Parts: sequence; structure tokens; C-alpha cells
Amino acid sequence: MPDKVAIGRLSLTDFRNYSELTLRFAGKHVVFTGNNGAGKTNLLEAISLLSPGRGMRRITYSEAAREGSTGGFTLFAEVEGMAGPATIGTTAGDEAEGGQRRVRINGAAARTNEALLDHVRITWLTPAMDGLFTGPAGDRRRFLDRMVLAVDPGHGRRVADYEKAMRGRNRLLSEGRFDRAWLEGIEAQLAELAVAIAVARQDFVRLLTILLERAPGEAASRFPKAAIKLTGFMDDQQALAASDMETRFAASLAESRWRDEAAGRMLEGPHRQDLEVVHAEKSMPAAQSSTGEQKALLVGLVLAHARLVGDLTGAAPILLLDEIAAHLDPSRRATLFSIIDDLGGQAFMTGTDAALFSALEGRAQFLSVNAGTVTETVFDG
Amino acid sequence: MAKRVTGPEIERLIQLLARIPGLGPRSARRAALHLIKKKEPLLAPLADALAVARDKVGVCSRCGNVDTADPCAVCADPQRDQSVIIVVEDVADLWALERAGAMNVAYHVLGGTLSPLDGVGPDDLNIAGLVERVAAGGIVEIVLAVNATVEGQTTAHYITDRLAGMDVKITRLAHGVPVGGELDYLDEGTLSAALRARTNF
Repeated sequence: MPDKVAIGRLSLTDFRNYSELTLRFAGKHVVFTGNNGAGKTNLLEAISLLSPGRGMRRITYSEAAREGSTGGFTLFAEVEGMAGPATIGTTAGDEAEGGQRRVRINGAAARTNEALLDHVRITWLTPAMDGLFTGPAGDRRRFLDRMVLAVDPGHGRRVADYEKAMRGRNRLLSEGRFDRAWLEGIEAQLAELAVAIAVARQDFVRLLTILLERAPGEAASRFPKAAIKLTGFMDDQQALAASDMETRFAASLAESRWRDEAAGRMLEGPHRQDLEVVHAEKSMPAAQSSTGEQKALLVGLVLAHARLVGDLTGAAPILLLDEIAAHLDPSRRATLFSIIDDLGGQAFMTGTDAALFSALEGRAQFLSVNAGTVTETVFDG
Repeated sequence: MAKRVTGPEIERLIQLLARIPGLGPRSARRAALHLIKKKEPLLAPLADALAVARDKVGVCSRCGNVDTADPCAVCADPQRDQSVIIVVEDVADLWALERAGAMNVAYHVLGGTLSPLDGVGPDDLNIAGLVERVAAGGIVEIVLAVNATVEGQTTAHYITDRLAGMDVKITRLAHGVPVGGELDYLDEGTLSAALRARTNF
């Protein structure tokens, strides 16, 4: 089993509805219970910000600072991380500091926020993701890229560079500046990045597929197996060497300048890729499955990803499962808990009713959240 | 709003200091206080140095370097091989390369990189000046020492295109394994760049 990565302490200052809160965790799973609006999800969100990016709600930093607070918010955590014990501090939202989020690891400023991935990897599942299969392709791409990022820390940089270069090309075309040499320069960079992104995604899909097929018997009986596939960019050219793909895509970009100018955007590229998910046994697109089945497929994907991260890094990621009990029948719930245990990572879950988590008694710490205060509850179910 | 405890002169000094890269409002206050306390040993000579810099320092009309003379000391140096030009984005890069001291040659400072999103086009950079220098003859090699960022590489690509057909060798800095680096720790992009740019041993 991989090493256990766990959060031992979490402190929030001026974050969402919390002015000042310190929680200590016992290394086990954690279940936050409480009424709607009590602030359970805010706690998961705080944990999600211990990974690079804008967290599980894709927040605007200034909005996440507690209303009435003067500066931004600050989060601090002590973790038993992949590189041993570490402290992580992060702060953002103070107007004077600009729009950046700053990260400190073990008391020193981190060179990049990606450095967080050296200590903890965090995966989440939120109700907002329930519409993932029926929603826009952009949401699935982001979901995919987040998963890729957890196993390939360079992926975020790659995607950001690609999007910036693409916006630059769009700008040139929209301004009617058909400067051949300049466009060629941008397109050469775009082609290199596009192929790197497509290859990273493809590699990831291949690895995840292996794990999905290998899902343990018990899980397989409870959670429908998903088959995943990438579509929408160089679909028929995956067999080519990367450098040939780059040459082809650069040539295709050069040819499509007028078309892209007319459309006002780039019509081809990895930014148009989609993650196709199919209910394997029924050979039915996930988008056409029932709501409950969709949730089960999604849970299956997230858990397979967590297993992949554990296998690749030697440390299971921390799982954030918001309102996880909803949509799952009792037998699936029980299976879910045993899979989470089997993964070996620390899981943080929320729910309105502690009884939904009764199967976890003794294996989890139960904390009740009520209007910004958190108290340990002794389970009496 | 906190009550102000200093007069407008000191406040202005702090605000100006705060605009210096690397200084924020807080460190600017510290610097201002330090300068005021060390009036004779520090503030006075600093003010003089600033005045001299304002009056004398300019941009070299040939290479874009900053110096008190035009052409600058680098361009005027007879000891340097003026037939090789290292193209850099910024004067800071020129200084960095000079610190390395690996090549005793001429420079050309672009003054930035092509960036459509920041409204920086070829005409905003000192690219025409470079083409002129090459066209004037006597240049054997252009070394593109731009950053390994998307903008830097786009700019390198553009310059290569502008110099196409001219009788000059164009090279660029190697991308790959840093000195003292371990292969194990490098990302795939760097490794594959290093493999592509492998050299004879």
C-alpha cells in the first residue's frame, strides 16, 4: 500500500464564513456533517487550495475572503506529505498584493505554486460536477486536465502557454495583421504545445483505461465500468511521431488563418478536444445514462484516477468528496467506503446526515459544522 | 485610513521608491527611513549618482545597450569580436551573459519580445536595427539568446525569418540539461529538447 498522506492540522483565517478556525485531524478519514449553508463545503474548498490552481470551486480570490475582512484570506496546514512532514501556507485576495495567490512551503516562499504537488495531491468530487457528462465539453476538458496535472505537473504550464499563444494568434488575425513571419513563429510554438498537450492527455487516458479495466471485483459489481476516449483533435494521427504531428498541425494552422479569422477563433486544436465517456457494459454514452448511473460512473472515474495517482507517485491522493452520499444507494455507499479505505489516502467527506456515514464508524473522525463553528461529535448512530 | 505621520516630501519619496521593482510599499518605507537616517553617507551620494545617471545615461543607438557613451562601451570595444552578435531581449540578459563571460562579442538588445496580447509588434522592438547591422556586412554569426518561453521562441522564429537569405549563420542557445543537473529530475520537454540538440563529444 502506498505511503499515507494526511493533513494533521488546518487553519483558516478570513476564509469564506470563517474568521479564525483551527482543526486538528487524527489521520483518519474526516466526515463533516451539518445543515445546508453551515460551511461544510467551504472547509473542503480550503483543503482543495492546498493544490495549485483555483480550487474546487474555481474561486475568484477576492470573493473567498470573509466579508468585512480587511485583506485576503490565509490558509495554513500541517501535512504528513509525500516528502515527509511539511507545512503549507497560502494567501490570496488582498488587493494590495495583486491577483496572485502566494504559497509558502516549510516557511519559505515557493518558487511556483506547482511545488505544492511535491507534497500533496488532491482530488475532488463535487455536486457541481454531476452534470459533467451532459454539460459543455470545456468542463470535461478541465476535469481531464486536472487529472492529468496530478500525474504530470508540467501539464498546467503547457496548457496555459498554449492558451496564451492561441489568444495571441487570435488577436493578430482579428486585427488583420497577417504578418506571415510572426504568425509562423506563433504557430510553430502552438504546434509544439498542442502536440505535447494531446500526447500527455492521450498517455493519461491510456493509463486510466488500464486501471478502469482492472477495477477490483467488488467495485466492478457496484460501480459501472466506464470506457473513456479522447476525440476532436488529430484523432486519426495518433500513430504518428510527435514531430510529424507538429509539422502537420503547423501546416494546417497556416492554411486555416483566413477561416479562423472569419470565425473569430481557432477552429482546430487540443482546445477542442472532448473526453468521451461510455457506460461500458451497456455501450451507452454516459450522457444518456440515468442520473444515478452518471454519478456512479463519475465516482468510478475519480476513484480510478486516485488509484492511478497512488500507483504513479507512491502516495494516494487526498480525496475531497462533497455531498458524496447523495445519489448513491446504501450498497454503493458501503462499497465506496471500502474502496476509499483500500486506496489508503485520507478522505474528507460532507453530508447533511451523519447516519449516511454510519458504515465508517471508528474509521473516521466525525465533525459537526454549525454556522462557522466545528465540534467533534461522538457517533451515536 | 491610518493617520499620516510624515510630510508630503517624505511621502513622495516613499511612493517613488515603491515603484522600483522588488520594493513594495512596506520596503519602500523602510528604504526611505534608512536613507533619511544616513543622510550624509548614503542619501547625498545616491542623489548625486541619480543625477549623473539622469544626465549621462542613454541607449546605445547601435545595439540598444544602456551606457553613458554612444556607441556604448561594448560596441566601441576593439578587443571584442564585432562580427558575432548575441541577440537578447533585455539589457538584464546582456548583463547576465557578460557575467558568464563565455564570449567576447557584440550584442543587440531587442527591448522585449513579440506579444500580440501586450500590443508589442515587430515595429516596437529593435529588430529593424538588427537587420540593418547584418545588411551593412561584416557579420558572420547571430546568436539568438532569447528566453525559452513561448514569446521568446516566437520572436526567435520571427528574426530568423527576417534574416533569411542574408549571408549570416544563425544559432540559438542550447535547450537542455542544466549544468549540474540530473537527468532523472528533468521534465520530458527538457529531456526531449536535450536529445534533439545533442552534440558531438
